[in-house]
Amino acid sequence: MSILDMTAVGLAKAIRAGEATAVEAMEAVIAQIEKTEKELNCYVTFDKEAALERAREAQKKIEAGELTGPLAGVPVSIKDNMCTEGIKTTCSSKILENFVPTFSSEAVKNLEKAGAVLIGKTNMDEFAMGSTTETSAYGATKNPWNTAHVPGGSSGGAAASVAASECFFALGSDTGGSIRQPASYCGVVGMKPTYGTVSRYGLIAYGSSLDQIGPLAKDVTDCATILEVISSYDKKDSTSVKREDTNFTEALVDDVAGMKIGIPRDYLGEGLDEEVKNAILAAAKKLEEKGAIVEEFDLSLVEYAIPAYYVIASAEASSNLARFDGVKYGYRTKEYEGLHNMYKKTRSEGFGAEVKRRIMLGSFVLSSGYYDAYYLKALRTKALIKQAFDRAFEKYDVILGPAAPTTAPELGKSLSDPIKMYLGDIYTISVNLAGLPGITVPCGVDQSGLPIGLQLIGDCFKEKNIIRAAYAYEQSREFEKCPLGEA
Amino acid sequence: MSKQYETVIGLEVHVELATKTKIFCSCSTAFGGAPNTHTCPVCTGMPGSLPVLNKKVVEYAAAVGLATNCTITQNCKFDRKNYFYPDNPQNYQISQLYLPICRNGSVEIETEEGKKTIGIHEIHMEEDAGKLVHDEWEGVSLVDYNRSGVPLIEIVSEPDMRSAEEVIAYLEKLRMLIQYLGASDCKLQEGSMRADVNLSVREVGATEFGTRTEMKNLNSFKAIARAIEGERARQIDLIESGEKVVQETRRWDDTKEYSYAMRSKEDAQDYRYFPEPDLVPIVISDEWLDEIRAAQPEFRDEKKARYQKEYDLPEYDADIITGHKKLADLFEATTALCKKPKKVSNWLMGETMRLMKEQSVEPEDLKFSPGNLAKLIELADAGTINGNVAKEVFEKIFAEDIDPDQYVEEHGLKTVNDEGALRSTIEQVIRDNPQSVDDYHNGKEKAIGFLVGQTMKAMKGKANPAMVNQILKELL
Repeated sequence: MSILDMTAVGLAKAIRAGEATAVEAMEAVIAQIEKTEKELNCYVTFDKEAALERAREAQKKIEAGELTGPLAGVPVSIKDNMCTEGIKTTCSSKILENFVPTFSSEAVKNLEKAGAVLIGKTNMDEFAMGSTTETSAYGATKNPWNTAHVPGGSSGGAAASVAASECFFALGSDTGGSIRQPASYCGVVGMKPTYGTVSRYGLIAYGSSLDQIGPLAKDVTDCATILEVISSYDKKDSTSVKREDTNFTEALVDDVAGMKIGIPRDYLGEGLDEEVKNAILAAAKKLEEKGAIVEEFDLSLVEYAIPAYYVIASAEASSNLARFDGVKYGYRTKEYEGLHNMYKKTRSEGFGAEVKRRIMLGSFVLSSGYYDAYYLKALRTKALIKQAFDRAFEKYDVILGPAAPTTAPELGKSLSDPIKMYLGDIYTISVNLAGLPGITVPCGVDQSGLPIGLQLIGDCFKEKNIIRAAYAYEQSREFEKCPLGEA
Repeated sequence: MSKQYETVIGLEVHVELATKTKIFCSCSTAFGGAPNTHTCPVCTGMPGSLPVLNKKVVEYAAAVGLATNCTITQNCKFDRKNYFYPDNPQNYQISQLYLPICRNGSVEIETEEGKKTIGIHEIHMEEDAGKLVHDEWEGVSLVDYNRSGVPLIEIVSEPDMRSAEEVIAYLEKLRMLIQYLGASDCKLQEGSMRADVNLSVREVGATEFGTRTEMKNLNSFKAIARAIEGERARQIDLIESGEKVVQETRRWDDTKEYSYAMRSKEDAQDYRYFPEPDLVPIVISDEWLDEIRAAQPEFRDEKKARYQKEYDLPEYDADIITGHKKLADLFEATTALCKKPKKVSNWLMGETMRLMKEQSVEPEDLKFSPGNLAKLIELADAGTINGNVAKEVFEKIFAEDIDPDQYVEEHGLKTVNDEGALRSTIEQVIRDNPQSVDDYHNGKEKAIGFLVGQTMKAMKGKANPAMVNQILKELL
C-alpha cells in the first residue's frame, strides 16, 4: 500500500509508531502534485522547498517528543481564503495577488498545534463566490474523476486535492455549500460545522453571518478528528461559541439503531437528477437496514432559501469586500487620476465578473428604499427557515438528502447561466441560513463514473448525530476510487 | 427688516471616550505617537480580522445616557455605515443606526432667559476614523490609523435650541456631565468633543421648520457662536431676497467667518446601513445597568450641597468651584492636604481664575498639582511669605507647577520678620520722605500707605506687612 492511500488519522498513527515520517508523507504528496497538478490546478500557492522544510521541522519535533498532536506530521492543504502568516493569501483574486498576511487564521493555528504540516494554498472561486472554482483569477481547477468536469466550488481546489491525493486532508470554507458540494462532486467527505464552532478569525470574509470553516477528508473518521482539532472558542471572533461537546470522535460509532432520519420530500422533487435521487434513497435504505427509522416529510420554504441567501450573502459581501481598494494592500491600478479614479480602476481591474455581480447585487439590496423590501425580508425568511428546521428536529435526529441536484457539470457549462448555477445550491444553502451542521459522504457514482454525495444535516450543535450516521453509512460500503488519486 | 425670525438649532456632538484601548481591539487610544504605531490588523482593516467590542465603551455610553435622562436600549446592536474614504480602513464605519444605546433623554440648561429643557434624541456608539496627512512636497497623501477605532459616542439633540447662547449652555452642560463621569476630557480644540450644528430659520410663530443646513469644523465655543450668527444671517438674507435655503452640509471657516457648501442633499451618500454581522447583539442586563447606575459619580448639584455642608463654603464659592469637574477635583485634593477649604476656594476663584482668563486656559488644561497649592497656602498662612509674594509664587505654580518651598528658599522670598532690620529701613524711609511724614501728622491717614509701600519696595516686597505698620506708627 502506498503512503498516499493512508487516511490522515492512519498516517498520523504510522508516524507516531515510527513506521512513516512527516518528510516521507510530504515527499509522496509532492510527487503526486508534480504528477497531476498540471492537469488539475488544485493549488494557487505551492512552494515545494518550503513545504519540505516544514515537514522536516515537524519530523524533528515529533522525534523530540515536542509535537504529539493527533495530526502530527500530516500534510494539509488550506483554502486560499484563510490567512497564513508569511504565505501569500489571494482568495483566488487578482486584487490580492501580492497579499501576504501578517498573521495566521485561528483554524490554521489550531491545525499547526495539532502537528499538521502545510503543503500550500488551494484554488477556489474568487472570494468563495461560485459553485465551480471557475471564477478563480488563477484558472479553473479540474475534477480528478474526469478533468472535463468541474470539481465544484467554491472549495474546489480543496476537494480536488483530497480526491487526487495531492494532500491528506484539506480545510475549506462553506458559506452556501462550498465544502459540501465540491466534496460531493469529488467523492470525498466534507463537513460544515454549526455556525460559531470554528473561529472565523483570519478567514477572509464573504458572508460573515454564514461563513464557516470545515474539513474535507478521505473518510468520516478523518473529518471528525480534524473538526475536533480546529474547533475552538476564540475571543477574537465575537460569533465564536463556547462549546463543551467538541469531542466529535466519540461519535464514530457504527450504530444507528433507533435513530430517526427524515427525508424532506421537497428535496426529491423537480430538478433532482434521477441517478442522484436513486443513490440517495439507496443510502437511506442502507441506514434503515442498520436500524434507523427513515421517513419522508415536508420541510417547506425550500424554494425561498436561494433568494434569501443571495440577498444576505451579497449584501454582506458588498461591505466585506469594500476594504479591497488599492490603498493599503493588494493590487492597485497602474495609472490613475485622483482617489476616486484609483478606487474605480483598481476594483474594476482587480475583481472578476462574478464578484462584481454580487457586489452590485449586495449594494442594490442595501440601498435606501430597497433595504426593507429585500434585505429585511431576506432576514425574515432566514428566521422562518430556521423555524422550519427547528420543527423538523423535534421529530428527527438527522435530515437526509442530496448535496447537489446533479453530479459535477462540465467545465464552462455553469457560468453562462448564473441563475441556474445559483439554483444548484438549493440543498446546501438553507443549512447555512439556519446555522446548522452538515456533512456529505460519497454514496456511489453515476453512469459516467462521477461521484454522488449524500448530505446529512443535524440540528445546531448536534454534529455527533450526523457523524454517527455518516460513519455507520460509510461502514456499509467501499468508496469508489478516484482514478487520478492513485499513486 | 420687517419680519421677525426664529433660529432653530439641533446639535450632533461627537465625544471621544476615555477608554485605555480602542473600541474593537486592544490598541492604545493614547494621543500622539508616531504614525501607525497604535495599530493592529483590526484597526487597519486587514483581511480576516474581526472586531471585538470593548465593554467599557458600553458602560461609558450608558453612563452618559443615564446622566442625560435617556432610556437605555438594553438590547442594542451595531450597524455598518458604508462609504469609501482612505481614513476608514474597511471602507465602512461600525456605528449604530437601528438600535442606538440611548434614546429620549434631556438636559436642563440655564441662560439669562432662565431654565430650559433640551431634548436628546439619541446617543449611539461608533468608531473614529484615521487621519489623512497630505504631503504637498511629495504630492502624496498618507494615512495614520492611530485614531482609527478610537471609541466615540454621538449625542444627537432635538431641534430645541433657539440661540447661540442656548447652544453654548447645552454644550457646557454636556461637557460638565461627561467630565464628571470621567467618560471623556471633552477638549474641543483637540477634537475629543466635536459639535456639528444643524440650523434653520423660520418666521416667529411659524409651526413648520425651515430647511436646515449642517455646519461642520467648529473647534471652539466662540467659533460655534460666530458660525450660528453667520449662518442665521445668511439664511435670512436668502429668504428675504426670495431665494431658497438649500439643504446641505457646510464647512465653517472661522478665520474668514464664513461657511462654504461641502455637499448638498442631492449628492448625499447612501450609506447602505445594515446590521454588523461580525458582532453579536449587546444585551445590557438589569444587573449590569444597576452596576453602571451605582457607579455614577456625584454630580454638580450634590457636590455643591456637600461643599456647603462639609466644608462650610459659601453657596457662591460652591457654585463656582463645582462648575467644572477639574476645579472641583483640585479643590477636594488640595483641601484634603491643607484642611483649609475657604483658603483653597479663594485661591481657585481668585488667582487661578484670573490667570485662566488672562491666558485663555481651559479648566481641563490646568497643570498645577494640589500638593503645591497646599504647600503655598501653608507658607502664606504661617506668615513665611506675605500675600504679594504668595501671588507671585502662585504664578510660577500655575505656569510650571514648581515646588513653592524650594522656590521661596532658592529665591530668598521669605518674609523679613527681623525687627532690627525693619526698624532701620523704616527710619531711612521716614528720613527720605519728610513731606509724607508731615502729611500724616496733619491728619492725612493715607500718607501712611505710601510710607508702607516705600518700605516694602526697599525690602524687595519681603517685609512682614503687619510689623511694618506697627513700627511705622510707633516711629511716627
